[in-house]
Amino acid sequence: MCSTNVKNLLAYYCAKIERNMGLKIQHFVTIITFVVVYSCKDSKIELSEIKGKEVPVDSVLVSNAQIEAFVKPYRNRVNEVLDSTLAFAPFTITKTDGELNTTAGNLMADVVLAEANPIYKSRTGNNIDFVLLNHGGIRSIISKGTITSRTAYEVMPFENTIVVAELTGKSVLEMVAYLRDSGRAHPISGLQIILDHESNIKSVKIQGKPIEENKTYHVATSNYLLNGGDRMGFFKGAVKSLNTDYLIRNAMIDYFKKVDTVAPKVDDRFIKLKN
Amino acid sequence: MKRRSFIKNTSASAALVGLGGLSLNACGSNSNKHITILHTNDVHSHIDTFPTDHSRYANLGGVAKRATLVDSIRKENPNTLLLDAGDIFQGTPYFNFYGGELEFKLMSMLKYDAATIGNHDFDNGIDGLFAQIPHANFELLSANYDFTNTVMEEHVKPYRIFMLDGIKIGVYGLGIELNGLVTKRLYMETEYLDPFEIAQDTETTLKETEACDLVICLSHLGYEYKSESKPSDLSLAANTRYTDLIIGGHTHTFLDKPTIVKNKLEREILVNQVGCFGINLGRIDFYFDAAMNGKAEGISITV
Repeated sequence: MCSTNVKNLLAYYCAKIERNMGLKIQHFVTIITFVVVYSCKDSKIELSEIKGKEVPVDSVLVSNAQIEAFVKPYRNRVNEVLDSTLAFAPFTITKTDGELNTTAGNLMADVVLAEANPIYKSRTGNNIDFVLLNHGGIRSIISKGTITSRTAYEVMPFENTIVVAELTGKSVLEMVAYLRDSGRAHPISGLQIILDHESNIKSVKIQGKPIEENKTYHVATSNYLLNGGDRMGFFKGAVKSLNTDYLIRNAMIDYFKKVDTVAPKVDDRFIKLKN
Repeated sequence: MKRRSFIKNTSASAALVGLGGLSLNACGSNSNKHITILHTNDVHSHIDTFPTDHSRYANLGGVAKRATLVDSIRKENPNTLLLDAGDIFQGTPYFNFYGGELEFKLMSMLKYDAATIGNHDFDNGIDGLFAQIPHANFELLSANYDFTNTVMEEHVKPYRIFMLDGIKIGVYGLGIELNGLVTKRLYMETEYLDPFEIAQDTETTLKETEACDLVICLSHLGYEYKSESKPSDLSLAANTRYTDLIIGGHTHTFLDKPTIVKNKLEREILVNQVGCFGINLGRIDFYFDAAMNGKAEGISITV
């Protein structure tokens, strides 16, 4: 429609120019240019259709050889370091197989307690009373089968270190309230929290003994959480803290080297009673 | 003499009519345009395809396979942008061993056009991110992280405009609140600004000042939260006017298809996120036509 109009206009001006020889070519060009530009502007393009989808990156695709060749030396070096067998998982360990405590969470917290306590004890003369980590910090499942150093990297890719904070019983109770309210299976070890069916705190035990509000407890956690990660504000109340400079990942690797089988269980360390 | 002039003029006018016709045709045939947006998010250093014995993602992902896929789509439509919504770093030993060098080099080889910055991209500190900048042959975009007085100050832009086949595409970045998520020692003096206010300012600049035909947000805010006060991609969509597409990250949300949501002007736009670890590639195709006078129907969206 637009272009028909323009052609009519052109025909008109052509007729006109042939009738009136006085009109200069230059004027004619100016008119044409104006007409053409105007017509283009008039038919400005507009968004008319959107199509969206997800395309899987799956086994149908052949790897790009150039990329593959580029990655190869990096991969070889990493594999050399990571792929020797350390232990065995008889089943898949995940952070989603329990409500308030899980196999992966229990494993992580127990490993931190077992591996960091001798270091802490040798440096301070004190024992770690319990461990708190965060559910979000477990970054991968442990697939059934062989466990290697790579497994530890997958579960704990962060360069997080184990720190031990001294917290009063009062701060620990704040922590317990946080754990109750979060409703997430944040990994704990050495601490037992039982909620009634209405999520009231029924009992809190540390190393099997009821919590004492005025006692100071030695709580192992990650530097990430001590520095305010996951909004665990109760760590701000720490009387003092010691960074062991021991990577959580290295604690896992050291633990895997010591054991043959890794088979953590969902237990009663953090539960909500049904009635 | 007079006759010669007449002949000259008529032939010239005939030529001009021809030219006019030609340029008109060209104007008409160029009016159908097609832009393809490809995107990833939360790749988290997943360079290799998942092994065959992986419990969840066996044989999925892998940069070399993604490269093949991207190449084939670019052959189909050269007017393609490849974008990433952050958390490029952290998740495999490649990051622990090489600090993100390989991730940035590979993204450059795949010809990524732009990426935004995720919280995990600070995992080796702001200095660790800065150290990898020489390997990034693509733009780092963030409109709501203020890097003033940090080493990143000169290396991050709020937005970038891409011109593809005459279509002006404005892409801006948004990042999640760092306080409480990333250790302060890692992000240092980086300041987090209100993502909605910044998004509204930036999209207005892109639409009104820069006259972009398409406005895309690369967001690492997260798809959706139980707490409505926490900024998410869905609430961002409801708070923006000109943004046509929000490409999200952070929450590792696997959607079966992009979500159609209404923006502040009740216009339907797309929010998309493709899970994590390079398992999927998002693909959004935009088709432009010559606007017909009095065209009644709106934009057709197929997902």
